Amino acid sequence: MIELGKYAGTVLASYGVSLALLAGLVWQTISANARARRDLERQEKNG
Amino acid sequence: MSIWEYANPVKFMRTSGAILPFAVAGAAACTLGGLLWGFLTPEDYKQGSTVKIVFLHVPAAMMAINIWVMMLVTSLIWLVRRHHVSALAAKAAAPIGAVMTLIALATGAIWGQPMWGTWWEWDPRLTSFLILLLFYIGYMALWAAVEDPDSAADLTSVLCLVGSVFALLSRYAVLFWNQGLHQGASLSVAPGERMSAVYRYPLYLTMAGFFLLFLALLLIRTRTEIRRRRLAALQAREMRT
Repeated sequence: MIELGKYAGTVLASYGVSLALLAGLVWQTISANARARRDLERQEKNG
Repeated sequence: MSIWEYANPVKFMRTSGAILPFAVAGAAACTLGGLLWGFLTPEDYKQGSTVKIVFLHVPAAMMAINIWVMMLVTSLIWLVRRHHVSALAAKAAAPIGAVMTLIALATGAIWGQPMWGTWWEWDPRLTSFLILLLFYIGYMALWAAVEDPDSAADLTSVLCLVGSVFALLSRYAVLFWNQGLHQGASLSVAPGERMSAVYRYPLYLTMAGFFLLFLALLLIRTRTEIRRRRLAALQAREMRT
């Protein structure tokens, strides 16, 4: 177990906030790309 | 072969599709490896375990500034040569830069509380970073507000030129004003100021990871913008016929 001492809350909060923001950015990027690809394929097939 | 060939959307899609798997794998390996390595480093004699925050704070701050510089270059290419992929790359980079700036500000505030005794101080570097975040938000809002894509690209490019002053200011604020709480460069090469190798090497790895993460996200987001632009063109053509 990693010992973080009296600053455990500070360190964990930093990692938690940062990783949550990065995960949100990655998720939004991938889902928007998938949606754009799907919409374009549908349009190309129908058009 | 000229670099301007990549301004062709078809060529860009083909090349970026080939690069993307390597960028994603490199970003995952370097970012996760660097953060894990950094998390396992020993406590600093002064800052205790809070030193581990450096592995998030410094790469995020570095990318926050450099992404705006990249946007400046692609905006200038748009203004001078009118390459659409260039304008779309700048648009695609902005949300990544905003998140990096937010991470730098959030980790700085969380770190500052136990070390400086305050979450926030109107220090030159902190203030210029906050203004940089506002510029990122304004840039994205302007893209969303203007309907014509070429006009939006023109206006956001000009905004990017203006915001570059603050991007540079956030990098050199500590040198311009020799005051405030924030320290100078974390990776100084001056004798006696150099960071210990125990922290320096995982930091280099995390910085490489954040750069590769930016590259991977930028390629995906630019591809998304190109697809949206093509979809809009097809729909407009369908409406006319």
